Amino acid sequence: MTFELSHYNAALLFALCASTVFGITQRSTPKDMFRYGAYCFVLFAVGVIVASWAMWLIKH
Amino acid sequence: MANPQNTATINQRSTKADATQPDSMGLIAPIAGWLVPGLGHFIQRRWIRGLLLMLAVFIMFLAGLGMQGKVYSFNTGDLLDILGFVGDLGAGLLYFVARSMDWGAGNIHRAVADYGTKYIVVAGLLNVIAAVDAHHIAIGKKQ
Repeated sequence: MTFELSHYNAALLFALCASTVFGITQRSTPKDMFRYGAYCFVLFAVGVIVASWAMWLIKH
Repeated sequence: MANPQNTATINQRSTKADATQPDSMGLIAPIAGWLVPGLGHFIQRRWIRGLLLMLAVFIMFLAGLGMQGKVYSFNTGDLLDILGFVGDLGAGLLYFVARSMDWGAGNIHRAVADYGTKYIVVAGLLNVIAAVDAHHIAIGKKQ
């Protein structure tokens, strides 16, 4: 079984799983869990884009 | 008429049972959660949380294997390899099944295989966080 993912999709899947666990474990109420999970996911996703552009700028 | 001494003894026993249950659950829940992702929450009737944690850890671990990531074995060599082994071990039974089936040999020719290796390590680390959360629920530190 092999699994082909682009770099960005791999980062998004990572972000989704990690934010799910962070949200559930770091907050107490379902509403807070969802909000914190979504917050972590956005930070992961935006962080990847910012880091990618930073590396592009460093290279050029 | 009930003997007051017997009633007092029964009450005392029931109080002792109530007091020892959280202690044993405080030990059982994290161990169960470590062995099978989400089980620590399931045995405390946190069904949805347990299911989501189980899905997150299973998906990460299996996706890592699918990307031909490496599953570390016990070693005393490079520090990063030792840490990789410790991280992988956090996945509990998933790790032992993967090792026993000889999965996770790794593939240095594929860039995405390196992502897979990290997926597997992080799946283990996330499972440890989930097991600690199960412990916090068991001892009443969290709802």
